[in-house]
Amino acid sequence: MAYMDHAATTPMLSEAIEAYVAAARDVGNASSLHAPGRRARRTVEESRERIAAALGARPSEVIFTGSGTESDNLAVKGIHWARRDRAAGRNRVIASAVEHHAVLDSVRWLEEHEGADVTWLEVDAQGRVPVEALRSALDGAGDQVTVVTAMWANNEVGTLQPVAALAALAAEAGVPYHTDAVQAVGQVPVDFAASGAAALSISGHKLGGPTGVGALLLGRDVPCTPLLHGGGQERDVRSGTLDVPAIAAFAIAVEAAVKTQEETAGRLSALRDDLVSRVRQAVPDVVYNGDPADRLPGNAHLSFPGCEGDALLLLLDAQDIACSTGSACSAGVAQPSHVLLAMGADDDRARSSLRFTLGHTSTGADVDALVAALPGAVERARRAAQRS
Amino acid sequence: MSGGVDSAVAAARAADAGHDVTGVHLALARNPQTYRSGARGCCTLEDARDARRAADVIGIPFYVWDLADRFHEDVVDDFVAEYAAGRTPNPCLRCNEKIKFAAVLDRAVALGFDAVVTGHHARLGADGLLRRSVDLAKDQSYVLAVLRRDQLDRSIFPLGDSTKAQVRAEAAERGLAVAEKPDSHDICFIADGDTRRFLAERLGEAPGDIVDARTGAVLGAHSGAYAYTVGQRRGLALREPAPDGRPRYVLSITPVSNTVTVGSAEMLDVSEVAADRPVWTGGPEPDGPIECEVQLRAHGEVVPATVEVAGGRMLASLRRPARGVAAGQALVAYRPDPAGDVVLGSATIGTRD
Repeated sequence: MAYMDHAATTPMLSEAIEAYVAAARDVGNASSLHAPGRRARRTVEESRERIAAALGARPSEVIFTGSGTESDNLAVKGIHWARRDRAAGRNRVIASAVEHHAVLDSVRWLEEHEGADVTWLEVDAQGRVPVEALRSALDGAGDQVTVVTAMWANNEVGTLQPVAALAALAAEAGVPYHTDAVQAVGQVPVDFAASGAAALSISGHKLGGPTGVGALLLGRDVPCTPLLHGGGQERDVRSGTLDVPAIAAFAIAVEAAVKTQEETAGRLSALRDDLVSRVRQAVPDVVYNGDPADRLPGNAHLSFPGCEGDALLLLLDAQDIACSTGSACSAGVAQPSHVLLAMGADDDRARSSLRFTLGHTSTGADVDALVAALPGAVERARRAAQRS
Repeated sequence: MSGGVDSAVAAARAADAGHDVTGVHLALARNPQTYRSGARGCCTLEDARDARRAADVIGIPFYVWDLADRFHEDVVDDFVAEYAAGRTPNPCLRCNEKIKFAAVLDRAVALGFDAVVTGHHARLGADGLLRRSVDLAKDQSYVLAVLRRDQLDRSIFPLGDSTKAQVRAEAAERGLAVAEKPDSHDICFIADGDTRRFLAERLGEAPGDIVDARTGAVLGAHSGAYAYTVGQRRGLALREPAPDGRPRYVLSITPVSNTVTVGSAEMLDVSEVAADRPVWTGGPEPDGPIECEVQLRAHGEVVPATVEVAGGRMLASLRRPARGVAAGQALVAYRPDPAGDVVLGSATIGTRD
């Protein structure tokens, strides 16, 4: 099996599994006052400190959530609500056009159901938000903007955004800047304080931790209205009994991913470059999407002219190669990716794309398997597309 | 795999037989919410989920193929156009002809598959002949008879030797959750089953006359001739009863004059049927008259007949008159056979002269 879909989820690190199992054998609600509760609380707080130290944040800035999606929803909706209610006439969200659906659909929901005004930041052909686009969006309108959101690294095409420059512009205008860094941690250096962001989303299962846990790094002075009300466990911004085993494993995984980031990036980008150049030899008209250099090290996003991505996926799947069309499903049917369309691709190119993402278990044998299977699959997929 | 019990068991049997099987669910609705909902349908999200679960249980890969555009053009638009032309189409037959054993089959073959397996109740054995299912109440050979030789050669129907009850029992034994799922009956793309309203929304109001076949007298008015089907008795809203006091039936629909012609039950009787674009899969095209049986609509009665080909049309002389013969339906010729009646050929019934 050649697993080339690490951006969807990556295998848990063995040290994270061990931390999970150890904590899962124990009892204790981190909010309880007795000894087992204090033990659980200690695990949570040590985990919080671990994550903060690894990502350049203060422990009090780490808010545990149930997923990257929840972190994105909390940041976008929570900051928008809180700041909208603090100043009359402040009702505008600025978001990049290539966000993950967790952000994209939150912004659309605010627009449709909460009457928010939205400025979408268009991207260039590589999928990058031009810094000038944010400058002109904020120009003279900063006091009407509740939140700016633009991801650290694109989950589909892997392009890195100029986060520091965008954050600086937002800070200059006095607007909190949120960035979805779910794909970035462990792949590229991520430092919350140095980035200048006011809020940053991360997820456990994208970096070797468990599914079902995430965090929002949220500056102490950034107002944020909760999505979930209840026990107020996390700074009164997020309620819900803390998942101690998942948090323990998540923290171990973040620490390990950050510690090995440089080495991982070097290894994965070499492997990825090898993949791209060998696919190019096998399928000369392949299109390499995104920025060829300034991108996630494990990401290769390719369009195969004349093919449908789903047909290629089926054929590769039959040969034990797991990849993704990289686009969202609607009723199980792949829709052309909003990211590719925002980059100026037409429907056909968007539908002809596959995303291969490498991670900590990837080897040269995976690339060999792909390169062996791909030409036949492309030929068949082209024949199938011509018939329909 | 529609999400129903038949295709799930068909897939399981094909996998058991040693085939390398991949499950495919067809997304046919451009907007799934507009199609029929609940457990009766073949087009809903719930059905896609049922199909996926069945594939999991069987242990085969599963994908959703988006054929909404093709389905809309070849089946839904055709359905509306046929009604507008005064004919009564069979969309399931058209879906088999254009989608399941054409668009899907072509794509599958191009991707390296050998055949399409479906849960239709019909037999297709090593002799290549299409026969009725052992379960005559569920037999679907009528809506498959339109398939050409090259389509049948790449089709597998694993259920033809079983009754529906046996299929359900087997599904339960195999642990398939769809074992008790109700059969689907209605047209999958008409959400509420109201065909008349569906057509009215697409074809608009087109008021015209309802006339007496014998006298030509105007007996009533209609708001769209497409809403009527040959043999229909109810809903005519005629101004006065017939002189003989007996019920009147729709005999024909004439789009050019936008009239619906009605008459007595006897006038519905048809002894000669002409049908277009014949397909012969039970053997070569006959070069003279043959004695056989014909079926003139889905689940309709079977009538002994003499069938021949003339001028590229299939002509059937019925031994006893049939009623409710509607243009647009299929005329399917069968050869009676103890091992299952064999489909000889099929053609589309033309407008009555």
